[in-house]
Amino acid sequence: MAPKKIVLRFGPDISDKPIIYRLVKDYDLVVNIVKANVNPQKEGTMVLEITGGQVEGGMNYLRDQGVQVQALTQDIARDEEKCIMCGACTAICPTGALYMERPSMEVRFDGDNCVVCHLCLKICPVKAMEVRI
Amino acid sequence: MEKSYAEINAKIKSGKAVVLTADDFVSLAEEKGLAAAARQVDVVTTGTFAPMCSSGAFLNLGHTAPRMRMQKVWLNGVPAYAGIAAVDVYIGATEVPEDDPLNTNYPGEFRYGGGHVIEDLVARRPVRLEAVSYGTDCYPRKELDTTITLDDINEAFLFNPRNAYQNYNCAVNLGSRTIYTYMGMLKPNLGNAHYSTSGQLSPLLKDPHFKTIGIGTRIFLGGGVGYVAWHGTQHFPSIQKSPDGRDLGPAGGTLAVIGDLKQMSPKWLKGVSFAGYGASFAVGIGIPIPILNEEIALYAAAADRDLYAPVVDYSEAYPSRTPGNLGYVSYAELKSGKITVNGREVPTAPLSSYPKAREIAGILKQWVTEGKFLLTEPVQLLPSPADGIAAKALKG
Ligand code: SF4
Ligand code: SF4
Repeated sequence: MAPKKIVLRFGPDISDKPIIYRLVKDYDLVVNIVKANVNPQKEGTMVLEITGGQVEGGMNYLRDQGVQVQALTQDIARDEEKCIMCGACTAICPTGALYMERPSMEVRFDGDNCVVCHLCLKICPVKAMEVRI
Repeated sequence: MEKSYAEINAKIKSGKAVVLTADDFVSLAEEKGLAAAARQVDVVTTGTFAPMCSSGAFLNLGHTAPRMRMQKVWLNGVPAYAGIAAVDVYIGATEVPEDDPLNTNYPGEFRYGGGHVIEDLVARRPVRLEAVSYGTDCYPRKELDTTITLDDINEAFLFNPRNAYQNYNCAVNLGSRTIYTYMGMLKPNLGNAHYSTSGQLSPLLKDPHFKTIGIGTRIFLGGGVGYVAWHGTQHFPSIQKSPDGRDLGPAGGTLAVIGDLKQMSPKWLKGVSFAGYGASFAVGIGIPIPILNEEIALYAAAADRDLYAPVVDYSEAYPSRTPGNLGYVSYAELKSGKITVNGREVPTAPLSSYPKAREIAGILKQWVTEGKFLLTEPVQLLPSPADGIAAKALKG
């Protein structure tokens, strides 16, 4: 069975809970952490690949804990022509996928770090960020 | 050392003028000293590309047969002000369509507004023109629904009443919920800090006392040539001081600018949307500063570390118009990516594009170097910090 790719988003209260351990132990899932952005007392995000018979149960457990769970079926892309390199997205993007190169102050997009949170789609003043399905 | 405008222009015409972008002039002054830099350089070019509300364009749409005295006008659904004359309208940058959902589904998207209409016109894209009227003996027509392009209409000139803010607040959010402002999305509890000038490249930060930029100054405007028409609205120039009396650079000056839209470019005029706030317009402006003497060179050599922005809370202090701020931070700190506010480290981000500002300063440098852009001596200088103009509060 192909692994299911999901994004988890959680508040600061979850960051120090052993949620992954529970997925493995209680739901017998094979969990591969593709990327993680977890800091104590901060909002965190994680991208996981999950295989096992009790995926749905595991997802429900996460939701009960207050974790937002979303299947990762989209890709975010930047329209390079449209982007005016203002930088307005760089302190908003939760993972640093959109970041500023210094000292040139040019804005770069590294899709590998994107967790598809859609925040940049909402705030980019020229709508340069797009969903590609 | 004193140079005149005429001397500098003579050098420009003969291709001998030494022109540097403000970035490069800052480095040269550091390296060679101010006096040498002032002697060597004739013109310093500045640039900024940022959202600038208080922008818009006057359009003369031309007359239909039969004639119409247009009373209400919409361009791509966005209302344009028609209370000027029969077919003259002003399309303002922040106007949005009457059926825009605004903030009913908070935060609203504000996908399209007056700034986008101007961008579409400049890009030579067709724009739908609708108008209604009550009909008169000399102007009988009552309705119009047609399509125009920028080349179809008589005149189109950008006239922005307040652009090129000399300096601007660094916006933060001390509250406990995310807020959506014209300074972008501000995360709660000092989650981020947004600023909006190009620092050492920014035109009015390099002329704090308005010694060279005045009425009639020829500038780069929206990719073409424009002029300073007047001081901008809310022009309250001052020099910021730290509590111990240190000079923290200028703030408060603004410009009203004008230029023929038909020679501008959609690359440097962009409709922008601020989630939860509204529509606006990003404008590219570049201003040349003639290095007439060492004093002007000193101002033009001000570096990011000499120029400061006040940190202002947009959750409470700004909306309630509470005076004061949370301290000052230099543009060097802002550009480093983090500042300290109330003892906490806060990530920073600009709304003003530094790469585009640098590009504008570079284009203007090229225009002057090639001899196709001469400097103008202001017809009249603008009010300076010495005039002590203060903002009036509106009662109500
Ligand atoms: S906010 Fe949009 S335009 Fe600005 S740097 Fe980010 S992607 Fe580019
Ligand atoms: S969707 Fe945008 S804001 Fe969210 S992680 Fe990806 S690049 Fe960053």
